[in-house]
Amino acid sequence: MEKLNLALAFFAAGIGAGLAIIGGGAGIGRLAASAMDGIARQPQAAANIQTAMLIAAALIEGVTFLALVICFLLAIKA
Amino acid sequence: MTGAEPEVAGHAAEQTGASFDAGGMIMHHILDAREIEIPFTGVVVHLPKIEIAGYDLSITRAVVMMWIACLILVFLLGLAARRAKEEVPRGLRSALEILILFVRDEIGRKSIGPKADGVVGYLLTTFFFILACNLLGLVPGMSTATGNISVTAGLAVVAFVMIHTGGIREYGVFGHFRNLVPHGVPLWLVPIMLLVELLSMVIKPFALCIRLFANMMAGHVVILALISLVFILKIVWVAPLSVLFALFINLLEILVAFIQAYIFTMLTAQFIGMAVHPAH
Repeated sequence: MEKLNLALAFFAAGIGAGLAIIGGGAGIGRLAASAMDGIARQPQAAANIQTAMLIAAALIEGVTFLALVICFLLAIKA
Repeated sequence: MTGAEPEVAGHAAEQTGASFDAGGMIMHHILDAREIEIPFTGVVVHLPKIEIAGYDLSITRAVVMMWIACLILVFLLGLAARRAKEEVPRGLRSALEILILFVRDEIGRKSIGPKADGVVGYLLTTFFFILACNLLGLVPGMSTATGNISVTAGLAVVAFVMIHTGGIREYGVFGHFRNLVPHGVPLWLVPIMLLVELLSMVIKPFALCIRLFANMMAGHVVILALISLVFILKIVWVAPLSVLFALFINLLEILVAFIQAYIFTMLTAQFIGMAVHPAH
């Protein structure tokens, strides 16, 4: 039973990290794509778009990292 | 503590004999401790344990690192400010002025507007403190103070206080908290809006805290894990590759150190701006 729990914890940590990365990657990817579109269409607005993009990217990254920390704790504490 | 990894990892492997405990080694580097190892000498400085009224208030590694960061900042910025009277900046001053002007104009004035100059001092302090702590973590033998959740929580609490001080200074205590609910929403929506806004009041600094902590911790975990690969696989030819990757991540960490200092300051400035102009 103890071993099964350990295995499940590692399993959950791995799967969870993967899922979190998929979500974060998709989010930041879409964000970057839209920002590039915007900059390509209006190069003079590049500075503003970059600032807004960085803030949004940081927000997405924040929750992704929260999930990753949970996975990390699972893998370490298991 | 990145530059000294191969050596420290080697020590850990020797101590544990055949089996190398990668998780334990990584945790040892990331967690706060009451001792500081001086790299390449094997000397361990033990710090005293201080308990006041049942609370553990001892000076730990993170605290010492913050002191070092503060000393470096006071020294560097003091040196730069020495020639503040001169018309044309040169040397260290012109280098630091780029960062200072960036924080004032691009972060402060753009997010907060004309009233930014009152909080620019806070923004600059946060920016340089976080930057110094982040970069200090990349120096061999040092550890990242901002990779400790208590440190980032402290920074987030200060940010929380600054956000609400900004709002209260502008509208008074009563007016500031009335601004939590936007004007002109239907009456039945007010309780829901109030709940959401109260939640976001707590979540904003919490997210700031987690983001900085996780970013700084994650980079170090990746570097340490790459170095551990050599000792886990026990193949010599893995070493050049993993050291190369670790170097790459290390260089990336320099970028991340700047970006995270910028993001923390930027988001705090945005939140202060939202408290000062609650139009939306």
